[in-house]
Amino acid sequence: MADSTYRIQGATGDWEVVIGLEVHAQVTSNSKLFSGSATAFGAEPNSQVSLVDAAMPGMLPVLNRECIRQAVRTGMAIEAQINKWSRFDRKNYFYADLPQGYQISQLYHPLVGEGSIEIALDDKNPEDTKTIGIERIHVEQDAGKLMHDQHPTMSYVDLNRSGVALMEIVSRPDMRSPAEAGAYVSKLRTILRYVGSCDGNMDQGSMRCDVNVSVRRPGEEFGTRTETKNVNSVRFVMQAIEHEANRQVDVLESGGKIVQETRLFDPTSGTTRSMRSKEDAHDYRYFPDPDLLPLELDDAFLEECRASLPELPDAKRHRYENELGLSPYNAGVLTAEVETARWFERLLAETAKAAGKQPAEVAKQAANWLISELFGALNKLGTSLEESPVTPEKGGDLLALIAKGTISGSAAKQVLEIMLETGEDAGVIVEREGLKQESDTGAIEAEVDKVLAANADKVEQYKAGKEALFGFFVGQTMKAMKGKGNPQVVNEILKAKLA
Amino acid sequence: MSVDTATVAKIASLARIKVSEQELEAMVPELNGILAWVEQLGEVDVTGVEPMTAVIPNKLRLRDDVIDADPLTGGNRRDAVLANAPAAEHGFFGVPKVIE
Amino acid sequence: MTDLTELGVAQIRDGVAGGEFTAVEVAEAFNANVAAAQDALNAFIVTTPDAAIDAAKATDAKRAKGEALGKMGGVPIGMKDLFATRGVQTTAASHILEGFRPEYESTVSQKLWDAGAGMLGKLNLDQFAMGSSNETSYFGNVISPWRRNDGGNAALAPGGSSGGSSAAVSARLCPAATGTDTGGSIRQPAAFTGITGIKPTYGRCSRWGIVAFASSLDQAGPMARDTRDCAIMLEAMAGFDPKDSTSLDMPVPQWEAGLSADLKGKKVGIPREYSMDGMDAEIAALWDQGVAWLKDAGAEVVEISLPHTKYALPAYYIIAPAEASSNLARYDGVRYGLRDLPDGANLQDMYAATRAAGFGAEVKRRILIGTYVLSAGFYDAYYTQAQKVRTLISQDFAKAFEECDVILAPTTPTASFALGEKSDDPLSMYLNDVFSVPASLAGLPAMSVPAGINREGLPLGLQVIGKAFDEQGVLNAGLAIEQRAGFTAKPAKWW
Ligand SMILES: [Mg+2]
Ligand SMILES: [Zn+2]
Repeated sequence: MADSTYRIQGATGDWEVVIGLEVHAQVTSNSKLFSGSATAFGAEPNSQVSLVDAAMPGMLPVLNRECIRQAVRTGMAIEAQINKWSRFDRKNYFYADLPQGYQISQLYHPLVGEGSIEIALDDKNPEDTKTIGIERIHVEQDAGKLMHDQHPTMSYVDLNRSGVALMEIVSRPDMRSPAEAGAYVSKLRTILRYVGSCDGNMDQGSMRCDVNVSVRRPGEEFGTRTETKNVNSVRFVMQAIEHEANRQVDVLESGGKIVQETRLFDPTSGTTRSMRSKEDAHDYRYFPDPDLLPLELDDAFLEECRASLPELPDAKRHRYENELGLSPYNAGVLTAEVETARWFERLLAETAKAAGKQPAEVAKQAANWLISELFGALNKLGTSLEESPVTPEKGGDLLALIAKGTISGSAAKQVLEIMLETGEDAGVIVEREGLKQESDTGAIEAEVDKVLAANADKVEQYKAGKEALFGFFVGQTMKAMKGKGNPQVVNEILKAKLA
Repeated sequence: MSVDTATVAKIASLARIKVSEQELEAMVPELNGILAWVEQLGEVDVTGVEPMTAVIPNKLRLRDDVIDADPLTGGNRRDAVLANAPAAEHGFFGVPKVIE
Repeated sequence: MTDLTELGVAQIRDGVAGGEFTAVEVAEAFNANVAAAQDALNAFIVTTPDAAIDAAKATDAKRAKGEALGKMGGVPIGMKDLFATRGVQTTAASHILEGFRPEYESTVSQKLWDAGAGMLGKLNLDQFAMGSSNETSYFGNVISPWRRNDGGNAALAPGGSSGGSSAAVSARLCPAATGTDTGGSIRQPAAFTGITGIKPTYGRCSRWGIVAFASSLDQAGPMARDTRDCAIMLEAMAGFDPKDSTSLDMPVPQWEAGLSADLKGKKVGIPREYSMDGMDAEIAALWDQGVAWLKDAGAEVVEISLPHTKYALPAYYIIAPAEASSNLARYDGVRYGLRDLPDGANLQDMYAATRAAGFGAEVKRRILIGTYVLSAGFYDAYYTQAQKVRTLISQDFAKAFEECDVILAPTTPTASFALGEKSDDPLSMYLNDVFSVPASLAGLPAMSVPAGINREGLPLGLQVIGKAFDEQGVLNAGLAIEQRAGFTAKPAKWW
């Protein structure tokens, strides 16, 4: 990909935006990072809180293996260095959502070192990529939640989230436009969901972005950055960057200076503002948590992590293109969400089985049908693939009917509509509605012969060179067959007879 | 390195301990005495020495990912968690209103 | 009938098991002593006579049914108020935890109850275990039951931080008590009051449910009248706890059964660097006496070197406050304990007011030191340097133990001192721990055994330091000293 040409046109000239993202991704685990309480979303306040999470005197942390396993698998998925020796540090500060008075995190020796993610900005051309560096992934505790609007003079503290495992995925400042940042977050989310290490539910806070933005004259040194905290959708990330970059340009062009500070994004106005409550005390006094020992991983553990990794989105996309012959666009669409890819692969297997063909032979058909027929229909119904009444098995049956020539493409559309309504099997619908098409060569020949005989004049004209009449013969034959003639067979027979 | 009143005030603020002017004045020489004494550590040649990580050779154990496996470290005990709270309200801990 | 409060752990356990007396009789006798001495010694923050009686009844009932009694069956003990006890106020001797009633029981105290012990009460201590004289408790000083023989009546320090424990055991308010030792808090008060105490290898006793002071140093241990009693009680306290990441996953040895004062084939190391300039002559003489006793027990004595000894104390006074400054951040007035909310205070004001009102002067001092040494720009110079020095200290011990099995040293540089004598000068107070801190930094088992009386009539202790996991070697050397010292002195009952 060519260098981004995204520029902010200031009064004094062009400005380039430099973006780095710290993504906090909630690790998929049953229990918390250092305690046995549950992590499920939406529970009663303070019901998923242990004595450990509430930082009662004398409580101690014990590390959850699954959280480490998921972070390691994530690191492997971005081809990062996995540190067999890491350790946990305390980040000390006072806040009501932080019962211990420190967050157990990893500063000095993170679990995962450098890796990278490829992003693509153009759907139509997924090969046109840019590599975004990942500096590190470390594992840390989430904080609790404060509620400010339930009492006139008090804030309420709910510690259900307190101690839930997070991966903090820190990118390099490699992004240069809101679109690149958006693509990065989307791609990261895709990878996490493939790996199964984070559910990626941004609206439930399972993925939050701290957005670091600075501006500079193209080619010059990095400017002072601000960090906008906890932005929780791809769109908001892009909005926050755009607003923040423009704000910085305004400040700089009017002779001001950018203050390195923490800011908040307001989704209703799409703007950022300085965060009062975290202004002071950037002195976190990190030091190794003396309640814990260094984390040492052995080869067997790492081997299991690697072996349990699924095929990842880029690899899958390439395989769809190279082995299944799908277009780059289709391959990109089908691999963007792990659920879609899984659904597609089941559809493909069912179709091949039902049609008695190799998957590669029916892949294009299946891909096209899924993308242009089923997605469209589900969209209209306002439902998703997961809730689709047409399962991959039922879809495979339908596609096999097309592949075998039992029904035509247009009949298949009709069948799909009925399937979505009634949930019936394709075969049943085809029988009942009489949608089977005629592929028997003898029967079609007989109809063709009749059409040609009845239009001898047109046959003459055709043979004299008026080739456009071919469509007329097809139409007449299909009409005679009430639309049920297999168009391919009709074509072939007509071609032969008119030759 | 010795500390002055402003530094002690800053440390006290970091540690969230309110101190009066008078207390500050008394603390400065005390802390300086202690700091001057611990600074003799600077004499020790520590070239090539790793900082201590585990005092007794021991490896970090990893726990199975099971919810509430031990009631002492599991959740589902809101009453116990809130039992000693100075201001528990509607199942929450109450604190003076925070403006973010 | 014998005065039951003159009996130790083994004698009570055996007497109850053998039907010589009932556990309830024992509990009642100690409850009476506790009540009688409370005003004078202030050893307890709360007393729990009913808990002691209930546990005793349970033991007597078990015996009546012919069931086996636990290792501590029928033995009432004092519990340092640093251990969380379910439903019973647990304060760490701090105002900030006044009224705090945990909904949980510390692993160590639970193990003791499971072994048949009963609780006489929660023992006073230095606030958050920070101190060497028990003068930093919010609930008042503990007074040592000992008095100088100079005719004066100066109130003396029972040592700290386990000062309530040491005072109570030596005054026969309980046959044994729990202690915790971060830089000497079991050994120093044991030495000051003529009792025995052992800090086991770091990780032997679970830290779960013990109010943390400095996590990488804190270890619980028993304080009792003699070595055997310590061995019995340590067996009951120790053991793997999956709730503590630094807990040692090792079986608990049968230390009592393994006791032997025969030291033939053992080498005792005498660290050259512990002979400090200006060492108290009586302490030096006692140390020499200890060497002679151990030789008499069959041991060979060798001189060893622990070259970084001098730096142990300053390293400790960086590491311990650093950890404490973070460990004590949870006392913020939100979830338990004191809340001071001045008019119009915001959250951060509330923290500062609560912590100012809740913590004592020494606790604040250490939090500030710890905050400073961890703060930006100073971390490497102080904390990292201290942890490197700690590595060197640990390596010193490892090298020394290539040449010997145990190390003999004094426990403290002086006998007990008068209350108030050192409380104005933090540094001189810190120097009390000069001989105990090195073993703490290295996580090694170490005990103090009463070995003599100074010219003022006050007890003096000798310290035995062992290899990691070798509590048995430590206890055995301690036993050899105990048998030869014949220490029988006890404080006159002036209260
Ligand atoms: Mg961040
Ligand atoms: Zn983070």
